[in-house]
Formats: sequence, structure tokens, C-alpha cells
Amino acid sequence: MHKISIGGEAVFRVFGLTVTNSLLLTFVMLVIFFTVGFTYDLRLKGLGTYSTQIPGNFVFFIRFVSHSLYSLFESVLGEKTKVFYSILASFFLFILLSNWLGLIPGVGSILYGHEEKVPLLRAGTADLNTTIGLALIAFVIIQYFGIKYVGLSSYLNKFINLKNPMSFFTGILELISEFSKIISFAFRLFGNIFAGEVLLVIIATLIPVAVSLPFLLLELFVGAVQALVFSLLTAVFLNMAITKEAH
Amino acid sequence: MEELKTIGVALAIGLGAIGPGIGIGIIGGKAMEALGRNPDAESVIRTNMILAIAFAEAVSIYALVISLIIKFT
Repeated sequence: MHKISIGGEAVFRVFGLTVTNSLLLTFVMLVIFFTVGFTYDLRLKGLGTYSTQIPGNFVFFIRFVSHSLYSLFESVLGEKTKVFYSILASFFLFILLSNWLGLIPGVGSILYGHEEKVPLLRAGTADLNTTIGLALIAFVIIQYFGIKYVGLSSYLNKFINLKNPMSFFTGILELISEFSKIISFAFRLFGNIFAGEVLLVIIATLIPVAVSLPFLLLELFVGAVQALVFSLLTAVFLNMAITKEAH
Repeated sequence: MEELKTIGVALAIGLGAIGPGIGIGIIGGKAMEALGRNPDAESVIRTNMILAIAFAEAVSIYALVISLIIKFT
């Protein structure tokens, strides 16, 4: 059994920067995203604006995915979905593809290196750096739009309130729970994906034949649910931040 | 010392998973009840159920973090 490592491992160095295996797979994923985007654009441009030609399955599939995502976020955010759709859908697709690419056979099992062999690829979200980065982005976006929609003074009033001692203490609690969002966002995603990979490795070591299959299906499901949870929670917190407090 | 550490890791995640397990069970059961009463509201119930499960699960994630910290430091 290969040694289980909690973080990404350095594969090679470019200009003094260490490239870890999770970063490598994230770059692969970015290439996939760009390819899909450009193909969609090319297919649409080939049609012309008033063409009656049928665009083809690829275009329909992309439209189907983005439309289902839109109606999902619309159930939380209502008519403000227009503003936040791009960032929320980006979260969803990034995390989903990152989780699922980690399940492809070969990721984590192909070793590379001269003295010390490390896996060549590793799922991006199975590295704590990626998930903390995502969580920080979500946190900053929530604060920014909260201030933008509610106004600085009334937004801060939610956290620092000197009217009476009771609201002062609830303000402190709000402040703590605001920062614990970063931790729970980052560790929920990381914990689920990392635990899934460890589970798969252990099952494959105990019984090498066929038993991995149901666990792989379970991990596909977990990957989709975690992407959904991350983007939906961001949507819910955004909705809480941009609505004015009723008195 | 290493053996005690391993026991500590196992206890941390094992005990930490009890509460969230019960909580997720309750959430799922209540969601099924709501679904039985009002089958039309399936999508709303499902979304809210997944969100509530995510909050309950966060507690066990904290236990996981603690056990990882014990294991790798």
C-alpha cells in the first residue's frame, strides 16, 4: 500500500516554484474547461444569429446544464440570481469536475519520481490549499456583496452593536460564526474528498477484485453532493448577507 | 506513545461521528415525513434537507480535523 499523504506532494519544480500533483490535475482541468468553452463558442458562431439550423447535442447539453444550475440557484436567491449566477456556477463546476477527475483510474496510482516516488496526479479538492482558497474566495464575496447591498454601517451593525448588552454578545457570536464559515467550508470539502480517496485505497488494498466498484459509485455521488453543498451554502449565505435585517 | 496516539485518533473521529450520525438520521426521517405529507414540494424539501445535512456533517468534520491534527503532528 502506498503511503497516504495528507497534502499534495511536489512533483517537479519550475523556476523555483514547486508544482504539486494536485496543482497539476487542476491545470489539466482548466484545459478541459477552456476546450469546452471554446468549442461551445465555435459551434454557436458557426450558426449565425438568425440561422434555423439545429445547434447539435453538445450545445444543447451545455445549455441544459447551465439552465438546471440557474433554476437551482433561483430557488434560493430569487431574482438576484442574475448577479451571482456566474460565480456560483463556477464554484459548482470547478468542484464537481475536480472531485470527479480524482476518481479516474490512474489518478493517484501512477507513480513518478527518481528517488522518492509520489503519485503523478491528485484530485485538486483533496488538497487543503485548494479548498481553503475556494473558501476564502466565497468568504470575501459574501462580505463584499453584503456591504454593497446593505451599506457599510448597517452591515457592521450586525456584528458590533452597542445598543444593549444582549445584542452586543449576539454580535460577537455572529462575528465568530462568520469566520468559522471559512473553516467549515474548507474542511467539509477537503474532509469528504480526502476521506473518500483513503477509503478507496483501503478497500482496493483489502479486496483487490470488483469490490471497489460500489464505493466508486458512492464517491461519484459524494463528489456531486459536495459540489452542490458548497455552491448552495454560498448562495444561502449570500442571500442572508444581502437582505436587510427586519426590525 | 505511538500506540496511544493511534487510539486517540480513532477515538476522536469515532466519538465525533456519533452525534452527526444521529442528527443526519433525524433530518432524513423528518424530510421523508414532509415528503409523505406534501409530495409536490419534493425539490424544495430535497435542497433544504441537503443543506441541513451539510450543517450537521460539519460537526463531524471538526472531529476529523482534530484527529488529523493528532495524527500528523
